[in-house]
Amino acid sequence: MSNVMETVSLARKTDRLNIQDITSTLIEDFIELHGDRLYKDDQAIMGGIGRLNGRAVTVIGNKKGTTLEENMASNFGSAHPEGYRKSLRLMKQAEKFNRPILNFINTSGAYCGVEAEERGQGEAIARNLLEMSDLKVPVLAIILGEGGSGGALALALADEVWMMEYSIYSILSPEGFASILWKDAKRASDAAELMKLTSKDLKDLDVIEHVIPETEGEEWLTKEVIIDRLKKDIDVKLQELTRLSKDDLVKNRYERFRKF
Amino acid sequence: MRLFKKRPYISIQKSTSQNGPSVPDGMFEKCPSCKQSVYVKALGQERICPNCHYAFRIRAQERLALTIDPKSFNEWDEMSQPKNPLDFPDYEEKIKNVQISTGLREAVLTGQASFNGLDAAIGIMDSHFIMGSMGQAVGEKITRLFEKATEHSLPVVLFTASGGARMQEGIFSLMQMAKTSAAIKKHSEKGLFYLTVLTDPTTGGVTASFAMLGDIILAEPGALVGFAGKRVIEQTINESLPEDFQLAETVLKNGFIDQIVEREHLRSVISQLLDMHVAPDRSAKEGDYE
Repeated sequence: MSNVMETVSLARKTDRLNIQDITSTLIEDFIELHGDRLYKDDQAIMGGIGRLNGRAVTVIGNKKGTTLEENMASNFGSAHPEGYRKSLRLMKQAEKFNRPILNFINTSGAYCGVEAEERGQGEAIARNLLEMSDLKVPVLAIILGEGGSGGALALALADEVWMMEYSIYSILSPEGFASILWKDAKRASDAAELMKLTSKDLKDLDVIEHVIPETEGEEWLTKEVIIDRLKKDIDVKLQELTRLSKDDLVKNRYERFRKF
Repeated sequence: MRLFKKRPYISIQKSTSQNGPSVPDGMFEKCPSCKQSVYVKALGQERICPNCHYAFRIRAQERLALTIDPKSFNEWDEMSQPKNPLDFPDYEEKIKNVQISTGLREAVLTGQASFNGLDAAIGIMDSHFIMGSMGQAVGEKITRLFEKATEHSLPVVLFTASGGARMQEGIFSLMQMAKTSAAIKKHSEKGLFYLTVLTDPTTGGVTASFAMLGDIILAEPGALVGFAGKRVIEQTINESLPEDFQLAETVLKNGFIDQIVEREHLRSVISQLLDMHVAPDRSAKEGDYE
């Protein structure tokens, strides 16, 4: 297995830091909020409000689930349109109450299925992109595991995008990429080598702002240590972003994506 | 088992190549939608199947000729062309070959044109150029289209045709979805009108960004409109999908398209819509009743 493919498998591991860890340890007093008010509650994306170091925030994230039942209920973190519409509802709510937004991404992509198409998967993602580009509150996106395709971007149009050291962010899964380009999903490893999907590559390419270390020397850091540091990093960043005027915030976000 | 039946004689086919009627190449084309052979001249300049009304895929230049006022097109960013941001092997050569075969620099043509005398910014994607896939240059041209339209207070008419993201440009292709959507938001905030015309095929990252963001969304008959590819979905759910899945007609029923307009009527529908947004008040003025 190539080095990059190892990172891909690490990014997909189920015992990684996940949204449940975030809402139970990084966030204080988390209250989960359900439903898109249009069709149903998509378990693939969970969201709610809580506090980070005392500051009220809206927290949204893909939930892959840790048990088989949870995996099935949440489609392994691949959202239907109602998942994106739920996230948008919560983000607009955050804007109304002037709360910063923290999005935690862990999805191989938006769900590919008949009902997802019928209910407008493309429209739901597009709407998120359009509205997020103009949110008048700070938005921080953190990729915890997989950040796949438009399904990940729909939560990642943010002021800054951070990645866990062993997470990935790409246009498509390496399998899908190989299947489209070479009609052979088994060449995923070759694809992964070319795609520049690791946190290091993407930091070098200026696609993301910050890599959150998961190791120190040869040692893996514990979740507790990672969460502690993350809390501090996010707090510092939110202090900085909340000092900006709303116009500057939106202008900087536009410029951030305009440069690509 | 007729195949093995003994015959008392061998029949020799009379050659038809000399005197008999023959069909020259290119006189008939198979309709990709209804699978019927169609006499090319019957497709007409608009290239519409006389049998099922499917609108054949056409090139950006053909679209221009069918849609706008003659000689009204002023191209923007005509020199922009793809780069190779990930140093993807063989990509530059592929681009060169497609540029030669299509005569285009990228998969979208942008500029300003008039429709029945009304000025608009116009973008036309061309599926002949690497399936109209969106990489940096496509995203940049579309973003500039909206930025210029915002600056000059122009409405935008955009014909979409795309297989999705340009794989060879990886993450930079993904970023184009964000970039274009953000530019559309600014255009929209200024109260300007954006009309999308979905043509065959409109899929993937283009559907999940600017294609679905029009104030009004039209589509051509029989156009494929969707996010995920049919094959991917079939593999995910392990079933085959119905024929009409992701057809514009189905997407209309599902509520994501305003109207399906046949190609021969597009020009007049577009100029009517533009007129209603550019000149919203054509009511009788007070003095008219005196």
